[in-house]
Amino acid sequence: MMSEHILKGLRDRDPRGIARAISLVEENDPLADEILASLDDSLVDQAMVLGITGPPGAGKSTLTDRILSNYRSQDKRVGVIAIDPSSPISGGAILGDRIRMMRHALDQDVVVRSMATRGRLGGLCAAAGAAVRILAGSGCSVVIIETVGVGQSEMDIIRLADITALVLAPGMGDDIQAMKAGLLEVADLLVVNKADCAGADTLAMDMESMAREGRGKDNNKAKVCMTVASEGKGIDDLLAAIETVDASHRESGERRMRRDKAYDLEVLDWALEMTKPLIIEKIEKSDHDRKGDPRLRAAKLLEQE
Amino acid sequence: MSVQKKYRVLIGKPGLDGHDRGAKFIARALRDAGFEVVYTGIRRTPEEIAAAAVQEDVSAVGLSSLSGAHLSLFPAVVEALEKVGAGDIPVIGGGVIPKEDIKVLKDAGISDVFTPGTPVGHIIAVFRSACELQEGRRS
Ligand SMILES: Nc1nc2c(ncn2[C@@H]2O[C@H](COP(=O)(O)OP(=O)(O)OP(=O)(O)O)[C@@H](O)[C@H]2O)c(=O)[nH]1
Ligand SMILES: [Mg+2]
Repeated sequence: MMSEHILKGLRDRDPRGIARAISLVEENDPLADEILASLDDSLVDQAMVLGITGPPGAGKSTLTDRILSNYRSQDKRVGVIAIDPSSPISGGAILGDRIRMMRHALDQDVVVRSMATRGRLGGLCAAAGAAVRILAGSGCSVVIIETVGVGQSEMDIIRLADITALVLAPGMGDDIQAMKAGLLEVADLLVVNKADCAGADTLAMDMESMAREGRGKDNNKAKVCMTVASEGKGIDDLLAAIETVDASHRESGERRMRRDKAYDLEVLDWALEMTKPLIIEKIEKSDHDRKGDPRLRAAKLLEQE
Repeated sequence: MSVQKKYRVLIGKPGLDGHDRGAKFIARALRDAGFEVVYTGIRRTPEEIAAAAVQEDVSAVGLSSLSGAHLSLFPAVVEALEKVGAGDIPVIGGGVIPKEDIKVLKDAGISDVFTPGTPVGHIIAVFRSACELQEGRRS
């Protein structure tokens, strides 16, 4: 597919054009500038970016599937970016979130894109942020980012979202302990999924009390919602809660503030992404005596023009 | 030290049989060889597989069938891809496939066909060269 076709496809909201555009931007292709510049900023500004995070197996994809159905019944066009970890050993990945959303496969107004973390130092936020823009710019009024809530890069990703729902399920005690510190702080909504399973009520009570302790800054405690994603229960309430948070964030300026922070984060990420090949080249060109402190060598490399 | 290009492929199972051992085995083998594998699960229609392949912008599609319906299902995926303007994406098929069917499938546009005896290293090599070819066509 040639570049002018991709730009035209993107304009026409052709599925292939959109998909190719995301790949090219993700790969930092020379055409990326043109692609991103061609997007309708007002659409990007208006879209709601919803982060869905939580431990493996909590039901994030199943929940996303139900949220999709709900928004589709309101005739909203929705994008999903489903991020899965790359294997640190092979660098490969199995991207399986889409399996839970296949009922929407033939719906042209549901655009699902899977993405691997690729263990990048920088770059993941850049790539995901660009994908969000492309989806929003091609008419998705809601863009959902699904990511496993462990690890720093995933935490950063969630900062791209306007609103974040932390999905938990009973029987994942250790995972929840591990996440308490970071993710609870960024969560606007706490979802206790698998409410049909034993331990859900206890978990919900724990979450309620944690929500009372947490936050504080704007005195908005995170709301706790209970869902059975596999049966589609509790979705209406969850979406109503999301809408309430969204409205209040738009009014209070919180939304603008988060977008500004996300913008800076994306700039930093792109900067790292763009400088990395230059630095690699410098290292390869420098004399290979490998003497002295690597830290000093790095500082010297950066000084060189 | 330079950053290696990542190939994205889709592994899917068209048709009604629910055995996904073969598909999962290949998905894992490809992951372990460094591929990014979009796995779409069992019982997918050719149209669903084609739509997913387009949205995910994969460089190749791998299909598995153990039910004996490969003669209709594999070419149906090729057609479905053509219908959505993605006929350039190579389709590779595997499963319990009698020798005499291989030529029929290739004539119908399946670029390569594997049987239970095919060594996994060979399967990976075929996916890799299919992806390389597809990427080359694009740039
Ligand atoms: N009992 C019950 N099972 C559920 C519920 N929601 C999801 N599941 C099941 O939980 C399993 C995991 O669901 P996913 O939606 O794939 O979970 P996930 O959080 O996206 O998982 P990863 O992407 O692998 O981290 C699946 O077998 C679902 O069918 C629920 O509300 N109740
Ligand atoms: Mg998932």
